[in-house]
Amino acid sequence: MGLLFSGSDWDFHTLDTIHRACEEIAVGEFGLQIYPNQIEVITSEQMLDAYSSNGLPLMYRHWSFGKHFARDEVLYRRGFQGLAYEIVINSSPCIAYVMEENTATLQALVIAHACFGHNHFFRNNYLFRQWTDAEAILGYLQYAKSYVAECEERHGTAAVERILDAAHALRHQGIHRYPKRRWRLGEEAERALARRAHAETTYDPLMRTVPGYAAARTEPQARRQVEEIARARLRLPEENVLYFCEKHSPRLADWERELVRIVRLLAQYFYPQIQTKVANEGCATFCHYEILTRMHEKGQISNGALLEFLHSHSSVIMQPQLGDQRFSGWNPYALGFAIMKDIQRVCLDPDKEDRDWFPAFAGNGDPWATLRDVWANYRDEGLIRQFLGPKVMRAFRMVHLADRSAETTYRVNEIHDEEGYRRIASLMAEQYDPAHIAPMIDVADVDLFGNRALKLVHESVRGTRLDAELARKTLLCAETLWGYRVHLQERDSESGRVLAEHASS
Amino acid sequence: MVIVDRRANPQGKSLANRERFLKRVREDVKRAVSDTIAKRRIADVDSTEEVRVRVDGTEEPRFATTGEGEHDYVLPGPGTLNRGDKLPKPQGGAGEGQGRRAGRGRGEDPFEFVLTREEFLNYFFDELELPHLLRTSLSQDKMSKPRRAGYSVYGQPSALDVRRTMRNSLARRIALGRPDEAELEALRLKAESAEDTEEAAAAREALAEARRKKIRIAYVDPIDVRYARHVRQPQPATEAAMFCLMDVSGSMTEHMKDLAKRFFMLLHLFLSRRYDRVHVIFIRHTERAAEVDEDTFFRSRETGGTLVSSALDVMLEVQAARFPAERYNLYVAQVSDGDNDGGDRARVTSLMQTKILPMVRYFAYVETSADRSAFPHAATRRKTELWDTYEQIAAATADINRLAMRRVSDGAGVWGVLADLFAKAGRAAA
Repeated sequence: MGLLFSGSDWDFHTLDTIHRACEEIAVGEFGLQIYPNQIEVITSEQMLDAYSSNGLPLMYRHWSFGKHFARDEVLYRRGFQGLAYEIVINSSPCIAYVMEENTATLQALVIAHACFGHNHFFRNNYLFRQWTDAEAILGYLQYAKSYVAECEERHGTAAVERILDAAHALRHQGIHRYPKRRWRLGEEAERALARRAHAETTYDPLMRTVPGYAAARTEPQARRQVEEIARARLRLPEENVLYFCEKHSPRLADWERELVRIVRLLAQYFYPQIQTKVANEGCATFCHYEILTRMHEKGQISNGALLEFLHSHSSVIMQPQLGDQRFSGWNPYALGFAIMKDIQRVCLDPDKEDRDWFPAFAGNGDPWATLRDVWANYRDEGLIRQFLGPKVMRAFRMVHLADRSAETTYRVNEIHDEEGYRRIASLMAEQYDPAHIAPMIDVADVDLFGNRALKLVHESVRGTRLDAELARKTLLCAETLWGYRVHLQERDSESGRVLAEHASS
Repeated sequence: MVIVDRRANPQGKSLANRERFLKRVREDVKRAVSDTIAKRRIADVDSTEEVRVRVDGTEEPRFATTGEGEHDYVLPGPGTLNRGDKLPKPQGGAGEGQGRRAGRGRGEDPFEFVLTREEFLNYFFDELELPHLLRTSLSQDKMSKPRRAGYSVYGQPSALDVRRTMRNSLARRIALGRPDEAELEALRLKAESAEDTEEAAAAREALAEARRKKIRIAYVDPIDVRYARHVRQPQPATEAAMFCLMDVSGSMTEHMKDLAKRFFMLLHLFLSRRYDRVHVIFIRHTERAAEVDEDTFFRSRETGGTLVSSALDVMLEVQAARFPAERYNLYVAQVSDGDNDGGDRARVTSLMQTKILPMVRYFAYVETSADRSAFPHAATRRKTELWDTYEQIAAATADINRLAMRRVSDGAGVWGVLADLFAKAGRAAA
């Protein structure tokens, strides 16, 4: 078998050859399952553009994307920040953007990484299967874009921005964290529910349909009863603030509800990606590493290309350590790759320690089947809890730092030794729990008889607190959507004690 | 697998977003432009390549936690740490590592971005206009616009009207009975399938006739061809003349002259970019005044006493000779330090009140003063002679309200004054 390419130049024929060779290895030998691929060659400016709109190929118009573009552009032009070699979109066909500046070797890396690694992950991971619809996302984006444009034309840019700004601020509270309880009544039932919720756009009609409403105005007993029924109808408490505003806000017009919905659905689309950074990047990095090594074994790429690849690969998986100037938290590529590599080693060549830690698969001799299972069934938190082994902890010299606001220093509580392994693995996993990604804020209640104020609750875990200034500004955005005052209570999740109160005005 | 080359896609897909963003940070951008103009050398004002804008006011709020409470981080260590070791917390509150998650700390860092020259000029001059501009006369034929005027049988190929041409062609073909493909085919089949010879001969004859007809009658004939016709229609012209009066007397310090030149430079740039037909007349004066060309106006140095009326005289002379009031919208912009000979006051007042103000559409007076940043404690400015004169004139002619007065003391203020004086009606008080 001859070389796929020589030198750094490439053309579309080269890309095609590389893709074929990758496919032979990834699908034929490693058993990956992928969506069909679509490779798009773009310029650096187009890459910046894709950056500023969350990596999506088309996006509705909003000033914040222009802002991110302006900022990224300056950083890039001045050399403070490089551009990614690729961006890949969870869609079917799976779209991968590759930059025209990449050399042939880099294109091979990118194709192996994105078109096979990420692609396999998107197609198989349970979170993506559960929450995203790869077939429909491009169509939906097109719809969202034209819908927003139409609203701008009809109601003016300012009116649209007002809603989008507010919805963006609550983006992280616009997510269903758990799959909805389905009654298995099929989609029609759901639609009907949605339609009814839509009809209940204002409170008064809603309240009047509750039996005993008139009496409730005066009698406390009756009032409590009515409130109970209304609350049950509103399905309080509700974890998704945007959803609640979209369905029940007394003030929003229909088109405004639809805008909120667009922001909410896109946030939901990205939610699996937030939870699977380590697993996803680990999968892709492991795949590109194995595919390119295998290509070299088969004589498809030259020694020079292999060295170039290894150089790029090692900078991608560089993990600066604590105290290093470059340190800025975990590099998901490095962590993910180390864990995947470790799983492979445990499958093929386990020692006593591995057999103790991973009795389920140590020495099973089939690393690809094991890894495919991991990629399909775990998010970061689970991946780390189940598969972070002592060898990886030692390799990264993991330590546990306790940060207590009462103390002026960090304290090292655990280190990577026999005593510390379990605790470190478990704390590391907690770090990747979605609760740590964004503060948990739920809709707790609505003042049905009084001023219609919305009550939110922040379940504070171990004394974490919200920034008061930002909270007030964000509540103001919530008020825009809700139409009336919005309160936020910070409550200790264990004792239920109220720690702080914020209000929109 | 599909490979798509997107490189040729239209660039600037994010322009619409950028526009919206610029609107958001309008105030920041304005400040940046003023600063940039102030810092540049005068000769460079027009050739500004780009403007750096520092933005701090575009927050996208969201709920975020502070460093308070108990947090646990597992991090890659240096390998030398042991249980119980203490590490200093970084200054500024926010934790490190995992603590530096997005959203930590208040708001976000200010950042800089670059505005292109085109953006800066278009965007900013867009807000300005010459006030009270009227269409004065149907003047030279140069001011005309092409207008559609039916069809013509001759013209340029680019003006060919295909629809009309084909309509004519179709009408002619129907009228002359040119057979189309389907008819020919039918005739051919008939000729072939005809059984009896007589009938076949007739059919063949009909087919041959149809074929001849098809050749004789053109599909598109030159007489079908029509071109869109345009005629130039004279447009009522908006002709305007801007008189720039600059005081270059000895009392004007270098700083003041610099301010004056910056002001006129921007004014000139604004007029030449936004209006095709504005004549700009440069007049500078000491105790004597003269009309000069652009280059002399901006670059040469001269000094002497001050007599404002001399400039007004020259202005009126030039106006009478070349710019009749009934044909031109007349504007005057004057920059001075406000010094004037006390004996000149009566003459200035009478010239302004009787001749100039009734005639002009707008008279903008800008007074330069010493750099306030250099003398921060210079108390309330005294009223200068000229300011006082003009103030009284303005009060006396309040009914026509054509005299606007502003003060400027530092380079950064020049843009603001210009923007203020020529703000579009309804945006700000003139």
